Amino acid sequence: MNFLQPIGRVFLNFLASTGRLGLFTGSAISHCFRPPFYFRIIVNQMIEIGYYSLPVVGLTAIFTGMILALQSYTGFARFSAEGAIANVVVLSITRELGPVLAGLMIAGRIGAAMSAEIGTMRVTEQIDALTTLSTHPMKYLVAPRILAGILMLPLVVLIADIIGVFGGYLIAVYKLGFNPANYLKNTWDFLQPIDVISGLVKASFFGFIVTLMGCYHGYNSKGGAQGVGTATTNAVVSASILILSMDYVLTELFFAGK
Amino acid sequence: MNNSEPKIRLRGVHKAFGAKTVLDGVELDVNKGESVVIIGGSGSGKSVTLKCILGLLEADSGSIEVDGEDMARASDKDRERINTKIGMLFQSAALFDSLPVWENVAFGLLAQKKVSRKEARDIAVAKLAQVGLSSGVAGLSPAELSGGMQKRVGLARAIAINPEIIFFDEPTTGLDPIMADVINNLIVKTTQDVGATALTITHDMVSARKIANRIAMLYKGKIIWFGPTDEIEQSNNPYVDQFIHGRAEGPIKMGLRA
Repeated sequence: MNFLQPIGRVFLNFLASTGRLGLFTGSAISHCFRPPFYFRIIVNQMIEIGYYSLPVVGLTAIFTGMILALQSYTGFARFSAEGAIANVVVLSITRELGPVLAGLMIAGRIGAAMSAEIGTMRVTEQIDALTTLSTHPMKYLVAPRILAGILMLPLVVLIADIIGVFGGYLIAVYKLGFNPANYLKNTWDFLQPIDVISGLVKASFFGFIVTLMGCYHGYNSKGGAQGVGTATTNAVVSASILILSMDYVLTELFFAGK
Repeated sequence: MNNSEPKIRLRGVHKAFGAKTVLDGVELDVNKGESVVIIGGSGSGKSVTLKCILGLLEADSGSIEVDGEDMARASDKDRERINTKIGMLFQSAALFDSLPVWENVAFGLLAQKKVSRKEARDIAVAKLAQVGLSSGVAGLSPAELSGGMQKRVGLARAIAINPEIIFFDEPTTGLDPIMADVINNLIVKTTQDVGATALTITHDMVSARKIANRIAMLYKGKIIWFGPTDEIEQSNNPYVDQFIHGRAEGPIKMGLRA
């Protein structure tokens, strides 16, 4: 019966780490709502997550918009349905690609940096030092980052949406020869508020996921440099997977049955 | 609260990690205003003892009282309040590398929100002067300092809130003998200046003799000897004799733990 042993061990480990993550999440959320609030740190993190992510998110968005226009043109030309390109680009960007790609890019940029920073603070006893200086590490380190992530991701995604649609416009007008006025009209007429809003709500959830994973893995890292490296990898991988699975759940909630 | 009551009182403290017992009924009294040093080899449970007193680790059983208040049963809020009476110098100094030196020193003051940032900076510069650092250091980042200077900044941070109790975790480890002596002198001087009770863990006998009023020897999770510093030579305890003279042969077997 020995072959059952590893299965049981893996299963128990899985339950234990799920429970740990659940407790961490609960504690993190409750600290987001209880004073004292560290506004200085929240603002710093918002700048780090929002402003400094703009170049990489903007580049991702503009190329995605351009590729979308080009791909859907070659595809739709087969059905003589080129007119739908504007529609396809704007819906794909606002509903899906804007939030998901921005979320993934920020998971790589911010989630990794957060877990490395907090992980290093853990292994160099800086987190213990916080406690001895009457400062709760969950309040000082975790809550401001999570709040900043929840607040900033929608803003970043809104800008990514605009840049992405603009990328599609560039290709459609200057390469594929669409009439600029018609293209913009098609873009605007088919767009409904829910398309953008659903994307921004998704973005907020992704901001929560990225910062939570960065903080959780950093906070629980152990064993020096190697431990911090593992924590960083885990933060990015788990955030990416959670973003994609959460994306499905949210899409289902928003659009199923419509 | 009367004066004869010990500042720190440990009774029957047990702590195990999995199957490995680290603390096996530690009993210790530290009186107000005295300096106690706990000596012991690596893995004897010194750090764990300290972390249990600070509330960074939870003891499995037994009581730990600071000023008559049980740390184990204290809520987060109470613990934060008790921590305002405590200063701690970490082995690796554990300075916050995201903050300049003065903000490190003033961190506890700023956390208690009793002073403005301007006043906090002035106090930080004064505390730095107390440990022999010029005001030019205040604006530097901790990464720009040498190991000895980092220890001094850590000491300044520990005394910045005028604590009633200061803990020192291996204060001389990793320093050259001269810098170690400088730090020892500073520890003696600063604890007297602020009138604090001091508890130090170390395996450096030179340091222990210099700092301590009383020395306790920890071995296999128990205090096996506790007495005034000048009586340690006549302890008639083979374990203590072996340790203070640093002999490889004797009742303590290193590296043979099961």
